[in-house]
Amino acid sequence: MLSKLSGCLVIAGFAVGLVSVTTDSHSTWNNPYTSSDANKNILYSSFEERPKHLDPVRSYSSDEYSFIAQIYEPPLQYHFLKRPYTLIPLTVVDMPTVNYFTDSGEEIDGRETARIAYSEYQFRINPAIRYQPHPALARGADGGYLYHALSADKIAALHGLADLTEQGTRELIAEDYVYQIKRMADPHLHSPLTGVMGEYIVGFAELGSALVSARKALGPGQYLDLREYPLSGVQVVDRYTYRIRVRGKYPQFLYWQAMPFFAPMPWEADLFYSQPGLEEKNITLDWYPVGTGPFMLTENNPNLRMVMERNPYFHGETYPTGGEDDDRENGLLADAGRPLPFIDRAVYSLEKETIPRWNKFLQGYYDNSGISSDSFDQAVQFNVQGEAALTDEMRERGMNLATSVSASIYYMGFNMRNPVLGGDSEPARKLRRAISIAVDFEEFISIFTNGRGIPAQGPLPPEIFGYRSGREGINPYVYDWADGKPRRKPVSEAARLLVEAGYPNGVDAQTGNPLVIHFEAVARGPDDKARLNWIRKQFSKIGLQLVIRPTDYNRFREKMLNGSAEVFMWGWNADYPDPENFFFLLYGPNSKVEAQGENASNYQNPEFDRLFERMKNMDNSPQRQEIIDQMMTIIRRDAPWIWGFHPKSFALFHSWYHNVKPNLMANNTLKYTRLEPQLREKRRTEWNQPVLWPLGLVGGVIVISIIPAVVSFRNREKRTAL
Amino acid sequence: MIAYIVRRIAYAVPILVGVNLLTFVLFFVVNTPDNIARSQLGDKRVTEEAIQSWKQAHGYDKPLLFNVEAQGSQKFTETVFFDKSVRLFAFDFGRSDSGRDIGHDISQRMWPSLAIAVPTLLLGLLVNISFALTIALFRATYFDLWAVVFCVVLLSVSTLFYIIGGQFLLSKMFHLVPISGYDTGLDATKFLILPVIIGVIGGIGSGTRWYRTIFLEEIGKDYVRTARAKGMSEVRVLFRHVLQNALIPILTGVVVILPLLFMGSLITESFFGIPGLGSYTIDGIQRQDFAIVRSMVFLGSALYILGLLLTDISYTMVDPRVRLS
Repeated sequence: MLSKLSGCLVIAGFAVGLVSVTTDSHSTWNNPYTSSDANKNILYSSFEERPKHLDPVRSYSSDEYSFIAQIYEPPLQYHFLKRPYTLIPLTVVDMPTVNYFTDSGEEIDGRETARIAYSEYQFRINPAIRYQPHPALARGADGGYLYHALSADKIAALHGLADLTEQGTRELIAEDYVYQIKRMADPHLHSPLTGVMGEYIVGFAELGSALVSARKALGPGQYLDLREYPLSGVQVVDRYTYRIRVRGKYPQFLYWQAMPFFAPMPWEADLFYSQPGLEEKNITLDWYPVGTGPFMLTENNPNLRMVMERNPYFHGETYPTGGEDDDRENGLLADAGRPLPFIDRAVYSLEKETIPRWNKFLQGYYDNSGISSDSFDQAVQFNVQGEAALTDEMRERGMNLATSVSASIYYMGFNMRNPVLGGDSEPARKLRRAISIAVDFEEFISIFTNGRGIPAQGPLPPEIFGYRSGREGINPYVYDWADGKPRRKPVSEAARLLVEAGYPNGVDAQTGNPLVIHFEAVARGPDDKARLNWIRKQFSKIGLQLVIRPTDYNRFREKMLNGSAEVFMWGWNADYPDPENFFFLLYGPNSKVEAQGENASNYQNPEFDRLFERMKNMDNSPQRQEIIDQMMTIIRRDAPWIWGFHPKSFALFHSWYHNVKPNLMANNTLKYTRLEPQLREKRRTEWNQPVLWPLGLVGGVIVISIIPAVVSFRNREKRTAL
Repeated sequence: MIAYIVRRIAYAVPILVGVNLLTFVLFFVVNTPDNIARSQLGDKRVTEEAIQSWKQAHGYDKPLLFNVEAQGSQKFTETVFFDKSVRLFAFDFGRSDSGRDIGHDISQRMWPSLAIAVPTLLLGLLVNISFALTIALFRATYFDLWAVVFCVVLLSVSTLFYIIGGQFLLSKMFHLVPISGYDTGLDATKFLILPVIIGVIGGIGSGTRWYRTIFLEEIGKDYVRTARAKGMSEVRVLFRHVLQNALIPILTGVVVILPLLFMGSLITESFFGIPGLGSYTIDGIQRQDFAIVRSMVFLGSALYILGLLLTDISYTMVDPRVRLS
């Protein structure tokens, strides 16, 4: 018996040994990629959510921008290294010229803001920029387009764009930019910017109406050639020059020119994708981009993987030669002047769950990663000064941590239309200020965001013009300046304000009833319970009763639209680095209830609105800073929001990943990324050697289990019945 | 039999209408067409005109179930429900609210679901039947007792635990297989090993107990006693007689789930990054994409009805005593 058992164990051990011997000691079993790509210059990363749209007129989310911003090129871009954020030319020769006109057409100086009726921006693009290879641009020997009139049989046989083997290119011309602006005006495409641009670009709304009529006459699924429909405010001046006329003075217009909404679109692509039958194959402009950028999308499977490869016709660009003072010291100018992009391919895998994503990053199969709450303690620790640093484990792996304060704000808002909390009476102000002191956002940041955030002193985050740091930047109604840093006022101060507001210990002095406040909470699951309990506790510190009304996001949005919410939490991510993009969240005419705008607390203050209207058209200057200071004083006094916090983003990068500098405005930063694939492969091999003994153990256990069963069964079979 | 099949298909129509109506009502109790439009257009800078335009373009501008302003039968046909439901019966799923063709997506995503479900089913059957037969062989012994306890423990553990535990041990600790991902063709094999192993282990508890019960019931029958009395060995009794007769409930139980294999697994696909129909359904729910939710519920119901029909047919094939009428 024992000899049989030992014999089986020997066989099991031999099997494991055989597997070990036949396995190359340098290979890894858990590599999710093709081994032949091991030393190639490929970036591996992940995306959490399937993109909804890749059409630049429709896409408006950071997830989608991580793809299309590498493919489409608007006329301008943000400098990769310079701060504050600076716009520089991307496809244009120089920054666009701006001319200002009165109603009568007289050209005037930009400083005469009150007289300006129109601003005219002129863009001159670089010649010889070419589109990526694409079937829509493929031409035959006779010069005709090969795939602009595909037969029904040909379309039926298509599985993807790659089945159309011929590809072509052509030069980028000014008309392509104009064509894209016309697409933005087309209501059929549901561009999120249609409303905003309709207010500014001359003739935009009229074109939209004309296109609605034209589409009705045309019928569904047919190509509408937008070149035939004039847009009075946008003109092609010559092959490489175009002009956009906007109403009034709108300096922020240039920031929009750095977003994919204003990237060029060749009419050929629009015509190609409008062929009947392609939509049923999901071959649409919304899924297969055509751009001039450094990369092109070569594999488009949003359910699994998106692959971008270097565009062979890329016009060329070089790594910036200047930046901030410490950029050279941080190695960010090591590649100065070198041609971009540095990588050949970028593979983004869909990874919905945080655990597999984090583990694949630790195994070296993703080159970069964010840090979820689950893994935060494993990756980051705070030193005695409260600064974030990598844990020893991460440092040993050679990882780098990049942190930056986002151009965003999460705030707790009061509905200013509410008869108790809202309004501009002094008692209501004092009540809001008392709550602002009681709700301790330092604690919130510490408990619920792992310290990833800084308490906000107003709507403006750091790195946005108008933000003031230090003593002069604090909100004096909530903070004192002590020991060189802001210190939240004590709860006793909040209690005092509450007495002055007429609610001593949270009781209405006139009626004797406790003050009950309702908080609209978007609650998705049990994880939210701790957060909601914490909020309730903050109010109870000064005796206020908070009733939490958990709801889903749809109901929450409805309550915000109809103005029935009392207190709520919401957030805002900046579109562009201008104070206007934050202050407009408190501009009266943008009231959520009255205008369905972004002023969710429905704050109205005529003085603030007047200052906002002045400030928004100004260039950054000491005068603008002065107005911003005045606006800040007003809203801090009125306290329509508890200013909440500006989140801090933390990202990890492996040692083979270079040129990391968080840029919260630029989305086209993939071209600056440089990798060391050989180092990556070395580390992957070190970190992922298969551990084989468990296979032997499992085999052994199975064998050991079987032996007594077999022996017992044989004994039973041999036994006599009586 | 053909008359029976036709009758069953006719019965399926009101069931599918009912399921579709229920899905529709449940979905629109918590969502309005405006909500759907807003979730598709995003939160920022959305105007009322944009919402109305989106609703019109996607057929959500009509009344939901009953059109008061219409005349005659159009009171029912000029509604969102009618527009969105009728075409489903021709398996024309239309376009998702984000604009993709659902039929095309389903045709692409059913293969990864099948790539996991088929080997999990086959291997699971093999393992469960073998284990159950072994237990039946040692019935009424300590081995039987502890095996049943072991099965109860296995079936008490959450699927999520198996998935996370499997990923932790086999992928993170031992580096034997990729932790998640998928590929096409044969390259998919390495990604399927872990989900299939977990699927099989996760099913051992319930499967083995079920098959054990079936085998023990057969073992107690007269024909088995007769076979033993004729001097047949226990192995021959089990494999030639018990297994063969026990296959009837096993096969019919398997047939009923065969069509549903297309639908994939919600949790497994999500955790392993498998682009199958399970994760497609989850995506649809999370994105409030009514077109996807409606299509997947309809497809699931239709396949379930198909499974039941196939079960009935398979009964007649494996048991000659059964006749469909």
